[in-house]
Order: sequence, then C-alpha cells, then structure tokens
Amino acid sequence: MSAATITGSLPARASLGARFVGSRFFAVAVVVIGIVIVWYAGAFLLDAPFQRYLDSRANVERTPVEFLRATFNQPKPTLPTPHQVAVDTFNSTILVNPTKPSSLLFHAWVTLSSTLAGFISGTLLGVLIAVGIVHLKSLDKSLMPWIISSQTIPILAIAPMVIVVLAAVGVTGLIPKALISTYLSFFPVTVGMVKGLRSPAPIHLDLMRTYNSSRWQVFWKLRVPASLPFLFTSMKVAVAAALVGAIVAELPTGAVAGIGAKLLVGSYYSQSIQMWSALVVGSLMAALLVTAVGIVERLVTRRMGARPS
Amino acid sequence: MSGTRREAVWQGWVALLALLAALAWPLISAGGARTYLLSAGSNAVLAALLIVVAVVAGLGAAASSVGNLVILLGAAVATAWVIHLLPSIALIAPASQLGRGELIAATSGFWALVVLAWLLSWLLVRRLAEIEASRRGARFVLNISVPLIFGLWIVLFWELVVRSFAVPFVILPPPSAIWTRLITSVPTLAVDFRQTFLKAVLAGYAIGCGSGFLVAIAVDRVPFLKRGLLPVGNLVSALPLVAIAPIMVMWFGFDWQSKAAVVVAMTFFPMLINTLAGLAASETMERDLMHTYAANYRQSLLKLRLPAALPFIFNALKINSTLAMIGAIVAEFFGTPIVGMGFRISTEVGRMNTDMVWAEIAVAALAGSVFYGVVALVERASTFWHPSFRQP
Repeated sequence: MSAATITGSLPARASLGARFVGSRFFAVAVVVIGIVIVWYAGAFLLDAPFQRYLDSRANVERTPVEFLRATFNQPKPTLPTPHQVAVDTFNSTILVNPTKPSSLLFHAWVTLSSTLAGFISGTLLGVLIAVGIVHLKSLDKSLMPWIISSQTIPILAIAPMVIVVLAAVGVTGLIPKALISTYLSFFPVTVGMVKGLRSPAPIHLDLMRTYNSSRWQVFWKLRVPASLPFLFTSMKVAVAAALVGAIVAELPTGAVAGIGAKLLVGSYYSQSIQMWSALVVGSLMAALLVTAVGIVERLVTRRMGARPS
Repeated sequence: MSGTRREAVWQGWVALLALLAALAWPLISAGGARTYLLSAGSNAVLAALLIVVAVVAGLGAAASSVGNLVILLGAAVATAWVIHLLPSIALIAPASQLGRGELIAATSGFWALVVLAWLLSWLLVRRLAEIEASRRGARFVLNISVPLIFGLWIVLFWELVVRSFAVPFVILPPPSAIWTRLITSVPTLAVDFRQTFLKAVLAGYAIGCGSGFLVAIAVDRVPFLKRGLLPVGNLVSALPLVAIAPIMVMWFGFDWQSKAAVVVAMTFFPMLINTLAGLAASETMERDLMHTYAANYRQSLLKLRLPAALPFIFNALKINSTLAMIGAIVAEFFGTPIVGMGFRISTEVGRMNTDMVWAEIAVAALAGSVFYGVVALVERASTFWHPSFRQP
C-alpha cells in the first residue's frame, strides 16, 4: 500500500516520462524489441556457419561487419532476419498487383474467404446446437458428451482426406475448406452458448415466470441477451480456429492458392523468406479477425446499453 | 416438466405409424417377389408383438420402470432386426440400376422398421435422461448409457446408409469395413502410433508445457515483463502456429524431432498465459495472510499461489493435449520417414485406401480421448477442492 492510495489522492502527478515507462504500451514495446534482438541473435547462430562455409569456398576474407551483413542477407537463410521478412512481406503485398498469384494479398484473400465462410456457418451451427441442447434434456445428455469428445479428435488430421474425397466427387474450391473451418469453429461457439444461455440467474427466470412469459419470450428477452458476452468470447476463439482450419485445408489441394499453399510451395523449394512472410501475413489476418470480432462485440454491447468496461 | 411429457408422446404416435407401415409394406420388392415382415416365421411374429407392446408403452405418459424396460426391449429387438436384415438389403443396390428414391420405395418396409427402431431408441433416451438417479453407481451407468446409445445409432445409421445405397467405398467406407481394417493392420498402426504419439507428441508436450510453466514462474517475479508478455502471449496463442510445421521440418529434419518442435511451439504459449493468469488468481486476503505468517516467496508460491493456479494449469494441459496431437500429425504432412500417423493418412488418401485412413483416425481419436481423459482424471484428483467438482 503506497501513501498515495491511503490518503486517497491520485498518485501525485508523476512526470510524463515515468508514466510512459509504467504504461502497458512501453512494456509490450520492450518485450517486442527483446524478441527482435533474440531473433537476430538466433539468425546469426543458425546462418553464420553456412556463410563461413561459403566464404571459405570462395576464398573471401571479410571484416566482421561485412561478415555480419552477408550473414543477415543470405538469399535462402535457415532463419531469415526480421528485416528480410519485413521487406519481402512489403514487396509481395504492397508492390505487387493484388490480383496476381505472386501477391500475398491474393493468397490471403483466398484463405480469408474460406475462413469467413466456415466461421459464419460454424457459428450458426454452434448456436443452433446450443439452443437445442439448452431446450431438450435428451439432447443435452446424449449429444453434449460427443461434442466434447469430438474435439479430442485431431480433426485437422482428416482435413486432407475430406478435401481429396470431396474433390473425387467433384466438390472443389471454397466449400471443402469452409467445411473444415466450420467443424473447428462450431465447438467453441456451442460450448460458450450453452453456458451463456444457461447463465440467467434463477431469480431472473422466476421473474419471467411471474410475467407469465412464454418459452419463446424467455428465450428472446432473457436468455439471448444474457448469452451475448459468452457468444463473443467464443467467437474470438472460433475465428482463430477457422483460420487454422482454412490454412491446413489448403495443404493438400495441390498447392494452388492460399496461405497454406504458399507455405507448402515455400517448403518444397526451401524459400525460407517467402514462408516467413506468408506466416506473417497469416498472423496479421488472425490478429485482424480477432480485432474485428472485438469491435463488433463493443458495438453490439453498446447498442444493448452495457456500460463500456 | 409437463412440456417435455407432452412432447414425448408424439414420438410414440409416429412410432405406431412406422410400425403399421413396417407391417403393411413389403420389406423387399425386387422383381415380382415381395417379402413381408411377418412372413419370416414365428420368431418374427413374437418380435413384432414385443415391438407393439413397446410402442404402446411409449404412448403412455407416466414413466415407470416396467414401461422403460419394455421400451428398452422393443428398441433392442427392432434394432437387432434391422441389423439382421441389412445384408439382404445391401444386395439390392449394386444389383439393380435403381435411383435413390426407387431404392427406398423398393425397400419401404425396411426403412419403416429403421424409423421405428430409431424412434424407440429416442423414446428410451428421453426416458433415461429424465431419471434422477440417487445412487452414484446408477448415475454413472445412466451418464454413460445415454450418449452410448446415441453414438451407436450414429454408427448404425452410417452403416445403413453406406451399405444400402452402395455409397462408393472411396467416399465413405462403412464402419464394419473400417473395423476389419483396424484389426487386420494392428502392427502398422502400432508402429505409427509409437512414432507419432509416443515419440513426437509426448516429448513435445512435456517440453512445451514444462518450459511454458517454468518461464511463467520466472516472468511472474518481474511485473514489468509480465505486463509486456501477456498481450504478446495472448496474440501468439491466437496465431495459426501449425503453419510453422514446414519451417521446423526444414530445421530439425524428417524424424520425430521436428514434429516435437512444432508441438513445443504450439503448447508453450497456452501454458504460459494460463499459468500467469493462475498465479494471479489467489486473492489479496489470502496473500496478506501468508504475509502475516512471514512466509517467504518460496513458501507462498508453493503453498498458496501454485495450488490456486492449478485449475488454470490443468485447463492449459487439456487444451494442449488436443493441440499436441494436431501439431504432430499435421507436421508429418510436410515430410517424415516412412512411418507415422500423419504420413500414413496422407499416403493412404493418395492411394484411395480410405478404410486405412479411417482406421488411423480412429486410433488418433482414441489416443486423443484417452490423453485428455488422463489429464482430466489427474485434475480431478489434485483439484478436488475446486467448486466445479464439488457435488451439489
């Protein structure tokens, strides 16, 4: 307990600098810078032996600085440096026409479309199952254990089979990939929604009963509003899972298009920089999608009159 | 609950209709010959009588143990009959060039019987779900049997559809074929299991969870690091980390080490953020109490904060058990020695041996469920004090 909290006054106006050092932004920035430094160190450790080998083959004598520069700019390094990845990401997203397959944005769009299709249908399916489970006791008892154990199955493992089999029947393109994403994203939504639809306290349910409200009214006016925070939390998990599903589902499609295909091509030709920039774009997509769900959540809760937390 | 009781009855009425249809319509009408349910002899008549009694019991509103037993018997007899008839039904589809609708019309009695058996099982599940067992053993049996009936019906329905409509083997093999494949190729499956699960998954899981835990304890001592690392960790655990699999294969080679590395990367961050959240879970009052006892850092960590963090740590362990299986199998798609579950799945898909793929998936599912179950059991034993495990 500091003196400031005891006297009840605000912590005496700390200088701007001190407040900045104490802020979360600063802490995150320091951690990120630390990660970048570790990354460079790791790149040196992993890439230096090969550079030394190259130099000894070519009989080149380098000063330490030159050697460092050469190590950090290999065309196919074991671990690309952050600046190589950043430059390649920039080149393949901003400088290239996004409608061409050489652009990462093109691949990102392919992945994004199946992610969104899978995420939306997964969310709808999850909500539907949750509504059934909450209202029918036999469904709760018989289906819920299977839904939980369905997630202990490494479902991504059958992703390639689903894709290949559906392709054999003539279903190709978006739908098979979206199916995988659907499967991965319905589970968090179901579990969250079951919890959310059951979250109204008995006293609230009793109040609805004194109003002589029908099951339908209890559902729309009490259960659904109460479940929304749970829904959004699980939708954040679901959208990340849908993206993973879409990326893995792209692996066996013969590496045509998408972030997953880009990764596979990169691993075939050991183009490490391209693989890393595909990874970076994938991560950015994940961050954007989760943020987008968060924004929708804030809008909806504000519309419903919740106090902004 | 008067509402559920009223709903329960319609299944009984539909079951009655299905029973009449099953008796009136021909089981098989191939060519000019028609086979009926009751033409099969005295056994069939007896079974039909039993089913009639069960349907009548299903119509009754009050749940009694005798009524439940009759429904159980009726459902079992009807289901057994369906299974008994299946081989002869399965012969029709490949032999005739009938469309799907014509196929159903030709075996209308059989499908009415299927609907009847399904409805009786549904009634049974409803009745069982409403029983409030007082003894622990009875409750356990009920909790197991209701989902089991549901699962068995899913498998039976799969088998029925695939075999009676002659769905191509490549698209969906029947469960019976998968089972035969499973028991005939145990050696291959065992080798794959050892490579993927016993080597890659377990090693990666142990290293990933262990290092995540240790780093969390170390970071917890430095509040500044914790503040910076939590948002980063939260972000990273939402990332599609499986995608580093090809990079890891490039670095660590084709053998299990690269798969373990993927598993380590996937399991590290969930463990880190959950442990950090758990270490912050003990309340101020409790920490103050430890302070008044003059407990040092070590004592308060071991006696208060780690036990309070256990539910969070087990949550991470459970999430990671699934992630570890996924990571190891997906990493094998990018290159392996010629063994491993992921390798087998991708090559057998290429050779259109879907039964082998499904057998491999069954093994993976079983391993994943057992893994999860073991973690859950350990959790139960070590966090028995937590409110979520206390009996109401």
